[in-house]
Amino acid sequence: MSAHSTSERPQPLIVGAGPAGIRAAQALVAAGLRPLVVDEAPACGGQIYRQRLVPDGRSSRDLYGSEAAKAEALHRDFAALDGKLDYWPQALLWNLRDGRADIMVAGTSRQVAHDGLILATGATDRTLPIPGWTLPGVFTLGGAQIALKSQGCAIGSRIVFLGSGPLLYLVAWQYMKAGANVAAVLDTAPFAAKFNLLRGLPLFPAIVLRGMRMTAELKLAGIALHYGVGDVRIKGSDKVDAVAWRKDGLEHRLACDGIGYGLALRSETQLADLAGCRFAFNQRDRALLPKHDAAGRTSVPGVYLAGDGAGIAGADAAERAGERAALALLQDRGLPHDPTRAATLEAELARIGRFRDVLEAAFPFPAHWVKNTADATTLCRCEEITAGEVRAAISRFGVHELNRLKAVSRVGMGRCQGRVCGAAAAELLAHETNRGVEAVGRLRSQAPVKPVPLTLALAAQREAAE
Amino acid sequence: MPLLHRLVRADHPSIPFTLDGTPCEARAGDTVLTAILTQADRLRLSEFTASPRAGFCQMGACQDCWVVLESGERLRACSTALSPGMRILTRRARVA
Ligand SMILES: Cc1cc2nc3c(=O)[nH]c(=O)nc-3n(C[C@H](O)[C@H](O)[C@H](O)COP(=O)(O)OP(=O)(O)OC[C@H]3O[C@@H](n4cnc5c(N)ncnc54)[C@H](O)[C@@H]3O)c2cc1C
Ligand code: FES
Repeated sequence: MSAHSTSERPQPLIVGAGPAGIRAAQALVAAGLRPLVVDEAPACGGQIYRQRLVPDGRSSRDLYGSEAAKAEALHRDFAALDGKLDYWPQALLWNLRDGRADIMVAGTSRQVAHDGLILATGATDRTLPIPGWTLPGVFTLGGAQIALKSQGCAIGSRIVFLGSGPLLYLVAWQYMKAGANVAAVLDTAPFAAKFNLLRGLPLFPAIVLRGMRMTAELKLAGIALHYGVGDVRIKGSDKVDAVAWRKDGLEHRLACDGIGYGLALRSETQLADLAGCRFAFNQRDRALLPKHDAAGRTSVPGVYLAGDGAGIAGADAAERAGERAALALLQDRGLPHDPTRAATLEAELARIGRFRDVLEAAFPFPAHWVKNTADATTLCRCEEITAGEVRAAISRFGVHELNRLKAVSRVGMGRCQGRVCGAAAAELLAHETNRGVEAVGRLRSQAPVKPVPLTLALAAQREAAE
Repeated sequence: MPLLHRLVRADHPSIPFTLDGTPCEARAGDTVLTAILTQADRLRLSEFTASPRAGFCQMGACQDCWVVLESGERLRACSTALSPGMRILTRRARVA
C-alpha cells in the first residue's frame, strides 16, 4: 500500500447499473473519483428501469407508467457521466478474491483491482415450488414483465397472474393496459391482509392510492381477482393449459396458456458472500442477508451494499441507498462528503423501511405452503429434484443445515446456484426439522456466481496464480 | 402454438435464423428467447427427465433457458440478442 500514491489507487468498482448503482456512480464522480461500473445487462437501468434492445414506438410513459420521469432521469443522469467513469455493459462479475474482481466481458475474462467496492446487485423473483411450475408458459412475474417491457411480448393469449406482492397487481395491470388478455389475478393472501395498506397511507399516500386505483381498474375491466388462493396446481402436459386451486375448501379451475408467478423478491447476495461479508437473518425478507449499517457499510472494510441486493426495499430506496453508500465510501477515504445529505438519505430510507413492513403485511409470503408441497413436485428445477427426495434426504442423513442438504441431495448445486430453489429448500428444511428458517443457514456462494465458459474460468485461475 | 405473442415491433426488419434446421424469421430487437418462443413452445428439454422447458425468469437468474447452436456453442437465450443466421437447436436434451 505504502508504495502507492493516492493517484495510483485502483478505481472504486460498482457492480450493477440499476437505480442504486447509478446514484452511487453519480456521487463518486461528483467527488472527483472515476469509478468502474459493470453490469451484465446491455444498457443501464437495472430491473425496473430496464431498457429495450431497440426502440419500438412505445413512449417511456408506455413502458414505465407512473415512474416514467424517474426512469428518464436515471437514464439521462447516467448518460451524462459518460467520459467521467468507465462503464462496462454486458459484463458479468463472476468472482471476487484478494481485492480483485474477475469480470467476463466480450468473450474474455479480465481481472480488475479495485479500491472500494459498491455492490448494487439487485434482486430476482422469489418463488416456492408448485406442481407444474416447470411447464412452458409459466414465467416469473418479473419475467412476464420483462417480456412485455423490453421485448413487447405477452406471455400468452389468456394469462393468469399468481402469487403475492405489489408486482402481482402491477404486472397484471401493465398487461391489461398493453391490450393483453388477462384472465385472472390469483392472490395467495386473504383479502383482509390488504387492510394493512391503510397503515401505509400516512407514510406514502400516493403509492397506496395508485395501488388501489390499479386494483379498481383491473376489476372494472372485468378481470377476476381471487384472494386467499391455496393448493395451487398448474396443469398441462407439454405446456400450461390451466391452473387449479382451492379456496375456502372449494376446488377451482381456470383455462389459461400463460402464467406469471412470483412471491415478491429475493436479494442477490452471492458477491457479498464472496467478498467475505458477514450475514444476519432478516425477518422481513425471511432470509440471511449481508449485514450492513444504515450507510451500507458491510463487515468488510471498503465493501458497501446498496439497493435491493442488501434487502428488498424498492427502487426509490435503491436510489437513496446508492448515493448513501457512495458518501460512506468518500468519508472512509477521508474525502470531503456531505453529512447533512447523508442524514437526510438515512431518514428517507428509514421511512421507506417502515412502509416495507406495511407492504409485507399486506402481501405476505406463504411460507406455510412447504408443509403441504406434494412429494412429487419438482423443488430444484436445475437438477430436477422433487420435494419428496429432499424430505427423504433430510430424514435419512439427519440433515440440519442447508449446505449439508446440498451435499446429500444436490439441491442448490445446479446452474442457478439456488437462486430459484434456495428459499424453498430453507423453508422445507426448517419445517421438517421443526425449527425457524433462521436456524437452517444459507447456501454458500461459489465462483463463478453464474455460468462462465470453463476455459475462461481456468485461464483466470492460472493468471491469478502467476 | 408459440408461447409469446408480439404486441409491438411486428414490422421491424426481419432477422433470419434456423430452429432445428427449419428456416425462421425473427424481428430486430429480439432476444434468442423471444425469437424462439414466438415460433415454438419450448426452448429445450431438461437434462434428466427430458421435459420441455421454456425459461422462467427472463433476467439471467434461473439458467433455465440455455440453448445450443449447431456449432456446439451454448448460450443463455434470455440475455443474448439474436444475430442473423444463428442455427439453434432445441431438440438436444443434454446441454450441460
Ligand atoms: C424483474 C423485476 C421487475 C421489477 N419491476 C418493478 C416495477 O415495475 N416497479 C417497482 O417499483 N419495482 C420493481 N421491481 C423492484 C425494483 O426493480 C427494484 O426495487 C429496483 O430495481 C432495485 O434497484 P437496484 O439498483 O437495487 O437493483 P436492480 O435494478 O436489480 O439492478 C441490479 C443490476 O445489477 C446487475 N448485476 C447483478 N449482479 C451482477 C453481476 N454479478 N455482474 C454484473 N452485473 C450484475 C444486474 O444486471 C442489474 O442490472 C422489479 C424487480 C424485478 C426483479
Ligand atoms: S430465463 Fe432465467 S436465465 Fe434465462
